Amino acid sequence: MSKKILAVDDSKTMRDMVSFTLKGAGYDVLEAADGLLALDALVSQSVDLVITDINMPNMDGISLVKALRENPSFSSTPILVLTTESDDSKKNEGRDAGATGWIVKPFEPEKLLKVVQKVCG
Amino acid sequence: MVALETDTASNTSTSVGIPNADGMVEEETTRLTGTQQFVTFAIGAEEYAVDIMQVREIQAWTEVTILPNQPHYMRGVLNLRGIIVPIFDLRRRFDQGDTEATSIHVVVIIAVGDRIIGILVDRVSDILTIDGSEIRAVPDLDDSGESEHIIGLVTAGERMVALLDTGSLFRHEIISSSLDAVEEPFAQQG
Amino acid sequence: MDEYEQFKTTYFAECAELLGDVEVQLSSLSDGSQDPEVLHAIFRAVHSIKAGAGAFKFTQLAAFSHEFEALLDRMRDGRIAVTEQGVNLLFKASDILSAMIEAAESKTQQSEDFGKEILDEISLIVTGKLAPFQTIKNSDDNQDSQVNQESAPDEKLTYQITFAPKAQLFKHANEPLLIIRELKSLGDLTSIPILKNLPSLAKMDGEEAYLAWNFELISNVRLDEVEEVFEFVTEDCDLEIKTVSDNSEPEDEIIEKTSVATQSSDPANQTAKSPVTAAKVTSIRVDLERLDRLVNMVGELVITQSMLSQQTNDLPSEQFPHMVRGLEELALHTRELQESVMSIRMQPVKSVFSRMPRLVRELSAKLNKKVNLTTIGENTEVDKTVIEEISDPITHMIRNSLDHGLEGTEERIELGKPDTGNVTLSAEHRAGRIVITISDDGRGINRQAVMKRARERGLIAETATPSDDEIDNMIFAPGFSTAEKVTDVSGRGVGMDVVRRNIQALGGRVSIQSTPGKGSRFTMTLPLTLAVMDGMIVQAGGDKYVIPIPNIVESLRPAKSSLKRLPTGQSLVHIRGHYVPLCSLHRVFNINGAITDPAEALVVLVESEEFGTTGIVVDELIGQQQVVIKSLESNYKPVPGISAATILGNGKVAPILDIEAIYRISQQELRNSPVPDDSDHSDVSENVQDSLASKEAATLAAQNAEIPTPSIG
Repeated sequence: MSKKILAVDDSKTMRDMVSFTLKGAGYDVLEAADGLLALDALVSQSVDLVITDINMPNMDGISLVKALRENPSFSSTPILVLTTESDDSKKNEGRDAGATGWIVKPFEPEKLLKVVQKVCG
Repeated sequence: MVALETDTASNTSTSVGIPNADGMVEEETTRLTGTQQFVTFAIGAEEYAVDIMQVREIQAWTEVTILPNQPHYMRGVLNLRGIIVPIFDLRRRFDQGDTEATSIHVVVIIAVGDRIIGILVDRVSDILTIDGSEIRAVPDLDDSGESEHIIGLVTAGERMVALLDTGSLFRHEIISSSLDAVEEPFAQQG
Repeated sequence: MDEYEQFKTTYFAECAELLGDVEVQLSSLSDGSQDPEVLHAIFRAVHSIKAGAGAFKFTQLAAFSHEFEALLDRMRDGRIAVTEQGVNLLFKASDILSAMIEAAESKTQQSEDFGKEILDEISLIVTGKLAPFQTIKNSDDNQDSQVNQESAPDEKLTYQITFAPKAQLFKHANEPLLIIRELKSLGDLTSIPILKNLPSLAKMDGEEAYLAWNFELISNVRLDEVEEVFEFVTEDCDLEIKTVSDNSEPEDEIIEKTSVATQSSDPANQTAKSPVTAAKVTSIRVDLERLDRLVNMVGELVITQSMLSQQTNDLPSEQFPHMVRGLEELALHTRELQESVMSIRMQPVKSVFSRMPRLVRELSAKLNKKVNLTTIGENTEVDKTVIEEISDPITHMIRNSLDHGLEGTEERIELGKPDTGNVTLSAEHRAGRIVITISDDGRGINRQAVMKRARERGLIAETATPSDDEIDNMIFAPGFSTAEKVTDVSGRGVGMDVVRRNIQALGGRVSIQSTPGKGSRFTMTLPLTLAVMDGMIVQAGGDKYVIPIPNIVESLRPAKSSLKRLPTGQSLVHIRGHYVPLCSLHRVFNINGAITDPAEALVVLVESEEFGTTGIVVDELIGQQQVVIKSLESNYKPVPGISAATILGNGKVAPILDIEAIYRISQQELRNSPVPDDSDHSDVSENVQDSLASKEAATLAAQNAEIPTPSIG
């Protein structure tokens, strides 16, 4: 059975890009536009990986990571945060909140796949 | 209960961003598959509808600014939280007379291609959920002149609602390069 | 649909910036600069372009930039000398790069051989097979493969790795198994688990980490690739990576709880050592969309604030002194905030000016003229919106100078001028606008030819006697061109009239001054930003309109006696000895309920290069304020006579008048339908009628241009 990945980003373009790349490699991809919708989606299903942007309305990525880690059902779900090049601090913030790793955007598709492989298989 | 679609292969949405009251630009994240929803509104006894995906918001009529040499069915332009939107009188557009606009009249703000425009109507009725198979083609005998702007007809209970082709309806006013981006409803159902 | 489009846009924007920088650096280099930073900067730029090219699979571009980068690498660390030949090659390579990027951006196919000659030349130099420049150092091949991080060593290296995860690694949901799998994918992996910390099953804590491994990886990947495997967990484990290579002594690389650095510790390697966070960050790159949003929001704030001010204008200030004062302060702060925010988008014109030396070089070669370009004031700043618009006009005017202004070398010598022509491009701020001048020391405008052409084209009456200045500026008149044949250089069907039209559309002006035999000077002024403007709110028939303040000369309520009327229906007002034609806004826009008799109305005198001075007849003045310019065309369509719109303090939309268009329309209206005489201003006396009728056409404009213009209060 293929792995399920939840892509969270308020930019449809980004969600499309992540989705496109991952589906092409055989993953199932769900999408949500902000942290709240992501949590909403996770009420009814579980995923093998969450990839989230940091800056989003309603609930940002860092808050989402924290919320997921506080929930025992998701304490061992790998989470990747999407950061921009100049935002080194966000990387660390993400890690401190409990994220598994990060991807810098704009990302090369191969790099995304490699990182996804590394954290969720 | 909101279901997240896992298959993004079907219709794309036209995403035109206008700021909402919080200044945020919203984008759609959910879509029901299989059926489509329409917002219906009326002028007098006639009912029309547009794809809910095109509707950006609905507001009460407020005073507009008249521009020189407007087409006769255009009422003027409106300030919609910082962007300027032309408002068209649907009644005038169909040559059914004039709308004496008051604050209880309604303007439906829709996105047509990459443009945002407003349509002045008497009232908004409701939201219809329709399956593609329920839409009937417009009969050829009808030459009220407006049929070229109607995509199809739908019966909802005892009402007959005409689905508007907003792209063609206001084509002359909106020199849009992306009118073909306006959705073809039910193009890929099944 | 290509879903990487959005990132491509960012990439191409970046490339434009990088190429601009390369241009500047190459100029320095060719001027003899010895600063090593110049080559480093060019290297970094090409490196970035290469990276993106790879990501988006622009294979030709990637391959070319790879070679180009390799050449630059060798030049910056001294292995290849920087000679004039070398610099020329860099220029050519940069051109090819630019062309490839453009092709990628416009999605046009290029021939596979495009740039092949240069590419081959570079490759040969890089691999040492061709040596047109002297190589300074002999390169040690072994050292190269370690020093130059870009070429993967072909030899297999042995890495000895110790990996001991800590409990917190699991808290981040990192999975050692997956990490080890990735390590395995790099080459031949032997793993030896370290079990010494493993307690008995009874004592085991599910959340703890007990296992560790010693790995031996035989692979030809670089050290930084091995380090990358552990990029997420460096803080959550004890990690040691040692490289054992066959040729030189083993280098120890110990990484403990620090972020992964992609540099080798080889002291001989100077070029690859670039600390990750070196200098303090003094600038930050911001997504343009965010900045635009910020500017818009501040614009809205300005509108809301003026709405508040308006609402409270009627309140007796004695009763609410605090509020009134508070609002005054608010107005001040809002204005300051706006200026601050607008200044963020300000950019030096350098980015546009830096393209000109190349243009001049190419043109002068084509025209076989020697030209020297001097640039002044390239750090003068304007809003981003304006920067993009000035490139074309400047280009056209420089072309014009080179093509028509400057004489050929021989002619110049005959005239006793230096054989090299001089063109000066300068920018400066003046009176809240930016003034750009392009001057040359050429032959100036041939007034005879211009007059002849103007008469031929019917632009002036046979008996007209325009001043020298007026003659010179006729080159901007529509349909005018003195060139007998359209030269390839300044032709292309774009005449000076189009240039002026485009500048006017931005709210700017352009004019020319010329001294025959000595030279000419184009002067172009533009507002500092296209986003906001100082506007005069006027009212006609109950509706409000905005007239751009920079165009306004003065406003007046004309006395009946000063109003005249021509048989054609054209109304005039007599001011300080001159007759100024009037345009009635209500006629141009078919406004109902406006005051039609100019004697009862208000006349706003506006000026423009196109028609000189005219008076716009409105009902009254409402007030002056800064307005945020909003587009009508994004959701509607262009309306003749209106350039854009704004939102007033009361929330309503007000059109911003395009005064040149209004003048044209009102002239058109008169021709089509004579105005019924609904006023009782005196009819034109015989004398005046005669003198005016004969000069009516364009000389009216000429007269108007001479009206003394008092400054606006």
